[in-house]
Amino acid sequence: MKTESLEQRFQDRIDREERIEPKDWMPEKYRKTLIRQISQHAHSEIVGMLPEGNWITRAPSLRRKAALLAKVQDEAGHGLYLYAAAETLGISRDEMIEQLHDGTAKYSNIFNYPTLTWADMGTIGWLVDGAAIMNQVPLCRCSYGPYARAMVRVCKEESFHQRQGFEILLTLSRGNREQREMLQESVNRWWWPSMMMFGPNDADSPHSQQSMAWKIKRFSNDELRQKFVDVCVEQAKILNVTIPDRDLKWNEERGHYDFGKIDWDEFWRVVKGDGPCNRQRLKARIDAHENGAWVRDAAMAFAKKQSERKQAQKIAS
Amino acid sequence: MINQEWPLWEIFIRSRNGLSHKHVGSLHAADAEMAMSNARDVYTRRSEGISIWVVESSKIVASNPEDQGPLFEPAANKVYRHPTFYDLPDGLEHM
Repeated sequence: MKTESLEQRFQDRIDREERIEPKDWMPEKYRKTLIRQISQHAHSEIVGMLPEGNWITRAPSLRRKAALLAKVQDEAGHGLYLYAAAETLGISRDEMIEQLHDGTAKYSNIFNYPTLTWADMGTIGWLVDGAAIMNQVPLCRCSYGPYARAMVRVCKEESFHQRQGFEILLTLSRGNREQREMLQESVNRWWWPSMMMFGPNDADSPHSQQSMAWKIKRFSNDELRQKFVDVCVEQAKILNVTIPDRDLKWNEERGHYDFGKIDWDEFWRVVKGDGPCNRQRLKARIDAHENGAWVRDAAMAFAKKQSERKQAQKIAS
Repeated sequence: MINQEWPLWEIFIRSRNGLSHKHVGSLHAADAEMAMSNARDVYTRRSEGISIWVVESSKIVASNPEDQGPLFEPAANKVYRHPTFYDLPDGLEHM
């Protein structure tokens, strides 16, 4: 069959809301787009463990520590679901890790910012996980089956993350002056990077349109960002915290909040490797991978020896 | 250094007795024992199951989507396999 008609048939399946499964025919660009997006998503989960790992040993109570530990463990699991989903498209785990380490593959920019205070654990839960959830919920209906199924699991677990973060902030907001200032300072630092999590404006996002046609994406970057702002403004009131944007105001006509301009120069600077923690994050990942090599090798050698021994026993008996 | 990727395993979970095992995802592990303990950590952290099967992915034989026609279409024109195919009077009960 001609490629053209195969592509047409593929698009018809997408338009009928049929899910695409690993062995189905798909355009090479669809496969590549998904590998890029899913692996980037997986890397984000894994690198995202680092800023929070920073606070596990210094959590203010056992309750907070247990919750943070569970959250970071969830993120490892999310990374794993997503790597597995990407592997169904024909890329190996090792290739993906290599691409992360040599800089070919990216991870979410947000994790290149440092976690300076305990309040950051709350703000990450509220704003960063909040933005992530907004991006991820529509992905549960993504046209690619394995990705959509992975996202259902991720989203189920993610809501605990956001709630534990908000609770941390709520406690600070009801605390003394110093605690309230810590909360405000943290929100000041994380607000704009969180807004950038939705990616460039629609006009500057070249891949978006094709991804929407393929139903990998269901909403545009700007639509999701607007939704995030509208939700957060109301939630900020409960925390008694000010969102650091002078242009933030209700627009009766649009039925949405207007907000200020995002510093895209900063965004691209961080994407290109010059954020506050880019080098540190990547080095931590590479070190962990290299220092763990002997463990992976030993496990393989042990498994081989065990199976050989079993084989020998079978022959002997 | 061996630098060899651990094999891939498919994980099936029985959520409670009375239900069959259902595919939940996959993971890499050096052997069955490790696949089992990783499956427990990854897929049952919130009481999702009471029984786990792990199967090495390479041992699974899957049908090819391109064979979908020859494999499954013959069932489409055998409507007489369904109970609604048979015309029976309205008054007939317990059937």
